[in-house]
Parts: sequence; C-alpha cells; structure tokens
Amino acid sequence: MAQSHIAAADDAELHFYVADEHGHAEGGTMLGFWLYLMSDCLIFAILFATYGVLGRNYAAGPSGADLFDLKLVAVNTSMLLFSSITYGFAMLEMEKGDQRMTQRWLAVTGAFGLCFIGLELYEFAHLIHEGATPQRSAFLSSFFTLVGTHGLHVTFGLIWLVTLMVQVHQRGLIQANRRRLMCLSMFWHFLDVIWIGVFTFVYLMGSLS
Amino acid sequence: MSARAPVSEQVHVEVVHDHHEAGHGSRKAYITGFVLSVILTAIPFWLVMAKVFPDPRVTSFVIMAFAVAQIVVHMVYFLHMNARSEGGWTMMALIFTIVLVVIALSGSLWVMYHLNTNMMPMSPGDMRNMP
Repeated sequence: MAQSHIAAADDAELHFYVADEHGHAEGGTMLGFWLYLMSDCLIFAILFATYGVLGRNYAAGPSGADLFDLKLVAVNTSMLLFSSITYGFAMLEMEKGDQRMTQRWLAVTGAFGLCFIGLELYEFAHLIHEGATPQRSAFLSSFFTLVGTHGLHVTFGLIWLVTLMVQVHQRGLIQANRRRLMCLSMFWHFLDVIWIGVFTFVYLMGSLS
Repeated sequence: MSARAPVSEQVHVEVVHDHHEAGHGSRKAYITGFVLSVILTAIPFWLVMAKVFPDPRVTSFVIMAFAVAQIVVHMVYFLHMNARSEGGWTMMALIFTIVLVVIALSGSLWVMYHLNTNMMPMSPGDMRNMP
C-alpha cells in the first residue's frame, strides 16, 4: 500500500512555482495597513451597532427627523466624494512621477477635506446651540460618538496629508514617500466607505419618520 | 509507467511573475467609480428628500441596497480590491472582517430588540420601586 503510494508520487510531475514578486518594493506594508483598516472597521461596526440599538431612544427629546438638514448632509457627502476622486488623480500623477501635479491634487483633496470638517463642525455647533447636546438623549450620545469618530479620523487624515505634502516637497517622490502616499490613499478611501454607512444609516434613515 | 525519466528531469520550475500594478487604478477606473458613486448617492437622497415611497420601510430597504452597492463600487474602483492583491490575503482579511461586522451588528440588534420580552416579568409596583 505504502509502496504503491510512493510510486504514484514519483510518477506525478513535480511543479515548483517560484513567485517572483517584483514591482512592489513596499513589502508587507500595504497588507499590514489593510489589516489596520479592517480593525478600524470593527471600531466603526461597534459604534454603528450602538447607534442601531440606541438610535431611537430620544428621551422625549428631538429625533433625527427634527434635527437633520439633509441638504447640508448632501453637500458634505459630495465634498468627501470629490476629495476621494481628487486623491485618486494625485495617485495617478504620482505614478507618472509628476511631483508638481501630485502636490496640486493633494492640496485640492485637503481643501475638500477641510470643507467637510468645517461643515460637520458647523452642524455640530448648530445642534448644540439648539440644545441637542450629546447629554440630551441616548440617540444623541450615540450620534455624536459615531459621527464624531468619523470626523476625528478625517481630521487626522488631513494632518497626515499636510505632513506628506511637506515630505514630498522636501524629498520628492522617493519610494518611501510613494509608500506613505499609498497608505494615506487607502485610509482616505476607507473613510469615504464608512461615510456611506453614516449618511445611509444615520442621516437618511433617521430622517424617515 | 514505462521508461521513467529520473525524477530530477521531471521537475518543472516555473517562474510566475506577479504582474499586478501595485494597487493603482487607471484614470478611467477612477472616473467610472466616481460617476457610479454620484449616481448611487444621489438616488437615495432623492428617495428620502422627495418621499418617493409612502412606506418608510420600503425606503429603508432600498437605500440600504444602494449603500451596499456603493460600498462595493468604492472597494473595487477606489481601494482596488481584488482576489489577487497581496496573494489574496487582503480579500481574506476583508471577508473575515465582514463576518465579524455582520455578527456584531445583527447580534446586537437582535438581542437588544428582544431584550424587553426576554427580561424577567415585573409588576408595575416593582417597576415603581426600582432604585
């Protein structure tokens, strides 16, 4: 029995595949950063679950339908979407090695990101001014936590963006800077994916009576 | 079975070049993703703002479907997800994360939705004397 098995193994042609992974010198950084994003995704999943459970507990306070201004949210969403496509253009210019155009598209991305944060802060200030503070009800606590965490991520993304623009300005599009820009690209697009969940579950579904 | 060549001659070494362009899309892919995203964003906003469906539950399901579609569009066109990048490990990590997210979300909602029915019965008198 064992002998026939060995003979069969001899017969079978042995193939060795040597996967030669040239062309991405970033090593495991992209995979590692992807794993970080997935863990970040879990943080948002828990915040979404919290909002899903508490999002209808108004404590006789205002509901989403009373508070949300969908036109403002639509403008905010478009800001983030525009920043995603402009970051994509920055990556394409980086591939071509055009440092000046890369920097320009990064600056445009940063401007859209700033508009997003500005509009969100305006919305928060407006809500708090109306008395819809995080302390008012479980709905508002979970709302501010979820949307605030996303906003905080975008803020840190902006700080990262400015840091990278300075680094690209100082050292050019060297391999290390390309790797960093690709990580931020994933981070930025990932935040846009989270925002899809936020505007759908929080704003649009919250505005349905 | 007959006249076998020595094992060493049967060994084939194939060098597989990994020709994925290190996670970048083309201009066309970005534009396609952007246009699809705009459409998939505009329709749910229109559905809610113009109150197209009289039943809010119908609207909820439809806008959730649009959200899932848009997340897939972002993953494919902006994050360049495919089954080959990093030897398939990004896809594995993504699938694992989706499983965890679905368990966390559906589990939380399911448990908390039924919490009231699953609690020990309590009389209104007991309720009033709660600390």
